[in-house]
Amino acid sequence: MTAPETGPFLLLHPDDNVLVARATAPEGTEVTLASGTVRLTQSIPMAHKIARSAISAGDTIRKYGMPIGIATADIAPGAHVHVHNIRSGYTPSVVLQDADGRAG
Amino acid sequence: MEGWLRADGRKGIRNTVVVAYLVECAHFVASEIVAAFRGRDVQLIGFPGCFPNEYAARMMERLCTHPNVGAVLFVSLGCESFDKVRASAAVEGSGRPVKTLVIQKAGGTRATVKAGQDWVEGALDSIGNVPRVPMEVSDLVIGTVCGGSDGTSGISGNPAAGRAFDLLVAEGAACIFEETGELIGCEEIMAERAITPELGRILRESVQKAERYYATLGYGSFAAGNAAGGLSTIEEKSLGAYVKSGGSPISGLIKPGDVPPRGGLYLMDVVPDGDVRFGFPNISDNAEIVEMIASGAHLTLFVTGRGSVVGSAISPVIKICANPDTFRALAEDMDVNAGDIIEGRRTIDQVGREIRDFVVAVADGQQTASEGLGHREFILTYKSFDPIGPACLPRTA
Repeated sequence: MTAPETGPFLLLHPDDNVLVARATAPEGTEVTLASGTVRLTQSIPMAHKIARSAISAGDTIRKYGMPIGIATADIAPGAHVHVHNIRSGYTPSVVLQDADGRAG
Repeated sequence: MEGWLRADGRKGIRNTVVVAYLVECAHFVASEIVAAFRGRDVQLIGFPGCFPNEYAARMMERLCTHPNVGAVLFVSLGCESFDKVRASAAVEGSGRPVKTLVIQKAGGTRATVKAGQDWVEGALDSIGNVPRVPMEVSDLVIGTVCGGSDGTSGISGNPAAGRAFDLLVAEGAACIFEETGELIGCEEIMAERAITPELGRILRESVQKAERYYATLGYGSFAAGNAAGGLSTIEEKSLGAYVKSGGSPISGLIKPGDVPPRGGLYLMDVVPDGDVRFGFPNISDNAEIVEMIASGAHLTLFVTGRGSVVGSAISPVIKICANPDTFRALAEDMDVNAGDIIEGRRTIDQVGREIRDFVVAVADGQQTASEGLGHREFILTYKSFDPIGPACLPRTA
């Protein structure tokens, strides 16, 4: 599994609904997903995540094939997945001071 | 592969003479003994403390009867608390040549150095006769740690190490992962992989213990910098380290010095039991590596992003570099370039396979980068543990 694919994004596990940037992907980068090709609406820094498919609020986010949190909003394919649209399923009280979900 | 057969049936991938100082006061003399053997397989280990510690005594015994060790010279000042009679008896009982030099009785620095060098020369001759026997992957114990991590560690080096662990466990090796303090948020996921529900409970409790311990020390929370690096939740951060364990079922929980009884995947609980007494559980990467070795690790996979250069006494360290820029900057110190995953040149599976194949090559005698450069880091400090119970190593699958 996990052939190099989807340009600068890495699929870590076949069950994942996120892809991870292996290098910073500039705004406008085209990414081919199962649902079609999307254009990034913002720069995605290395090691940040985008949605691999449409994610609904309340869905479990999977990375490495394992749950890393729960979506707090609907997330479109190719959109940035971070603290602005997912929460921990473990410690809801976690404080993220400078993490506004913006790239850069 | 061929290994050195020891009296307890374990097989070593190296045949090293270890010189062990039993208190800091004997450190220099021991290091002078070793210095005469540069380029030969004579290595320095030791324990600095003058006050007694059961953990250190047990670790020293395990290290000195490790399958990679052929003979042991203890160097004592004379008045330290370390029980050198017990240590020597353990090595003698394992069938290895052993000698204890007491500086206060041997006539001081020069006389002890001379006596030590003479003994080591004889020991090197004598361990040349240890039988060489065929060795399989199922004879190997392999540890994994990560240090100097960065944003690449969790997406290239650690997943590739996990893939290598899956291959090695499937071939019957015993593989050990640890760092319970970095598994906070993974307890439930990890407990589900335990081969019995009771073991699952024990795995969960080991992480809860780590969380309490680090909280007492004032560490262990999700930092703002983690989010800037792309990590959204505490469990995502922990999973980046946890993924080194691969996807095999978890066969048991061990503590430093416990040798896995058979092949499979094991969690090492490195956080001391009881009240916080001696400071941080492991003060540096080599403290973790030494604990893996005390549990029988023939070699250790070390994933680094920012770039560590360390090796270890006794057991080779295979350095897996997660970051391609670091790999280029520190190429002579690295064994595996997992940065290829970041640059899209190779897959996680391909790098995992390379790591597995390199493990076999190193077990068969090939030097790692750190061995070639002469690295032999070692550290052993004070800790305390309760023994593990029978439910930690269930026999049923």
